Amino acid sequence: MTTGALGVPAGTGTPWLSRVGPLVALLVACAFFATQSPRFLAAGNFSLILQQVMVVGVLAIGQTLVIVTAGIDLACGMVMALGAVTMSLLATQAGVPAPVAIGGGVALTTAFGALNGLLVTRVALPPFIVTLGTMNVAFALTQLVTRSQSVTGLPDALTWLGTTVPVAGVPVALGTVGMLGAYGVAWLLLRETAAGRHLYAVGSHRDAARLAGIDTDRVLLGAYTLSGFCAGVAGLLAVARTGVGDPQAGQTENLDTVTAVVLGGTSLFGGRGVVLRTLVGALIVGVFRNGLTLMGVSSVYQVLVTGVLVILAVATDQWSRRRG
Amino acid sequence: MTAMPDAPGEARVVLEARGLSKRFGSVTALDGCDLEARAGEILAVIGDNGAGKSSLIKALSGALLPDTGTIQLDGVPVRFRHPRDARAAGIETVYQELALAPSLTIAENLFLGRELRRGGLAGRLMRLLDRPRMVREAAAQLEALGVAVRSPVQTVDTLSGGQRQGIAVARSAAFARHVVILDEPTAALGVRESAHVLDLIRRVRDRGLAVILISHNMPHVFDLADRLHIQRLGRRILFCPTGRLTPADAVAVMTGATVPGAP
Repeated sequence: MTTGALGVPAGTGTPWLSRVGPLVALLVACAFFATQSPRFLAAGNFSLILQQVMVVGVLAIGQTLVIVTAGIDLACGMVMALGAVTMSLLATQAGVPAPVAIGGGVALTTAFGALNGLLVTRVALPPFIVTLGTMNVAFALTQLVTRSQSVTGLPDALTWLGTTVPVAGVPVALGTVGMLGAYGVAWLLLRETAAGRHLYAVGSHRDAARLAGIDTDRVLLGAYTLSGFCAGVAGLLAVARTGVGDPQAGQTENLDTVTAVVLGGTSLFGGRGVVLRTLVGALIVGVFRNGLTLMGVSSVYQVLVTGVLVILAVATDQWSRRRG
Repeated sequence: MTAMPDAPGEARVVLEARGLSKRFGSVTALDGCDLEARAGEILAVIGDNGAGKSSLIKALSGALLPDTGTIQLDGVPVRFRHPRDARAAGIETVYQELALAPSLTIAENLFLGRELRRGGLAGRLMRLLDRPRMVREAAAQLEALGVAVRSPVQTVDTLSGGQRQGIAVARSAAFARHVVILDEPTAALGVRESAHVLDLIRRVRDRGLAVILISHNMPHVFDLADRLHIQRLGRRILFCPTGRLTPADAVAVMTGATVPGAP
């Protein structure tokens, strides 16, 4: 028997195309837009892309955790909006201190995530249906508590993550640093802890995981709860970026997270995926939006392009998997 | 029909079940079933479809809680409410088709649910895995049992059916302290791969573990087993050393054509 390089993580069986594909696609997209607009390659523009991506990016971390377990969270964007308006209302109309308001918003989104997890495990409903339902519940609650009006007059603490600091002359939003940190934590969790490996095991073969002694319900509950937590953090970032608690937020982000995860090569069938590639997927979406805007292309075409991108990504994944 | 009396000097009884019963509504899966497995021996559990083999195995591995009856492990009464309980007690089970997570590596599968953590703060506080040690120990374990794979960091979906079965059996052997239960380990395998797995099962027995083998394959059963347990209508109707029966006799007892003990 020969032994491969010690300490190499899962990946020997991952088709090469899904391993390098996302990064190549990102670089090709960057190269293309660089030829189309001189402003694209400016350092300030990259900082802007990161700011535009940070909300979807954080949401997509939670989405990755859930999709790795072979589930899906269709509610995350709407739950994020509910969290955003909750912390905004708490800070303005209820007048509680900003940290408590933020904590309240994040607690609510985390509870929503836990509710999704309980419905998927205890009641054994399909994740698609559960989160479709909670998506609508969260959307309706958001409209009810705000009467569909944006919440303004927020204290500085809620928008602090939107402030930029100069790094080598380029303004960098604090929230983007936070997003990159969150990806680091998620990467460590998924790759280097038993809990992370159990997420993959549950997504890969739930019965095998259960018979191996893993509490699969707890793993699933954890994934959905963490996705709710990510929605709360993303809500804070959305508030920080726009300066208001926007009840209409989260509607494009909801499916953009799925796009980012799939573009990053994570399998919708579960058990496979790398969270750092989700960041690449989110950046692909961000680069396309930004580049097409710089080219003066209507936002309707941007939606069209992201739709085509997802289908291409899934097709590529399937194709390369079949060929091994 | 009851067990043959112990001859002096025989292997120690490790796992002993008495009078296990289990009903599902109007269906009686187990009807006062006994079982006896000895250290360093392979016990083959054979029987027709619906004889209660699966329910018996599930009761022993903690996947099913019997309505009545007792199970003793090394002379101590045990009660398994979950597969985890049986594993903690030293009974490992290889379930047909259900053993491994395909997208994880061989090493990760071997340690699934029992991952090794790093020492110090990284392990205790951050709960980080000791991946190099898991890979090393997986390689050593596979080597010791003669399971040939390219690398312990291959994902399981790159392996053949025989290799997968080898990994599953190796995992059970690595962690079992008393009993290894194998459910149809060669059912999906070709001739050569079956031969490898049969050799592996012998090596597991030679480690002094009690092996319980559920199989429909009479040549494999008669090739491997030290004792036969024939299950019929939810009960053990015959228990004897393999040499006392021919395969034809065993099939006759299994199907009810011959009633053991009858004149």
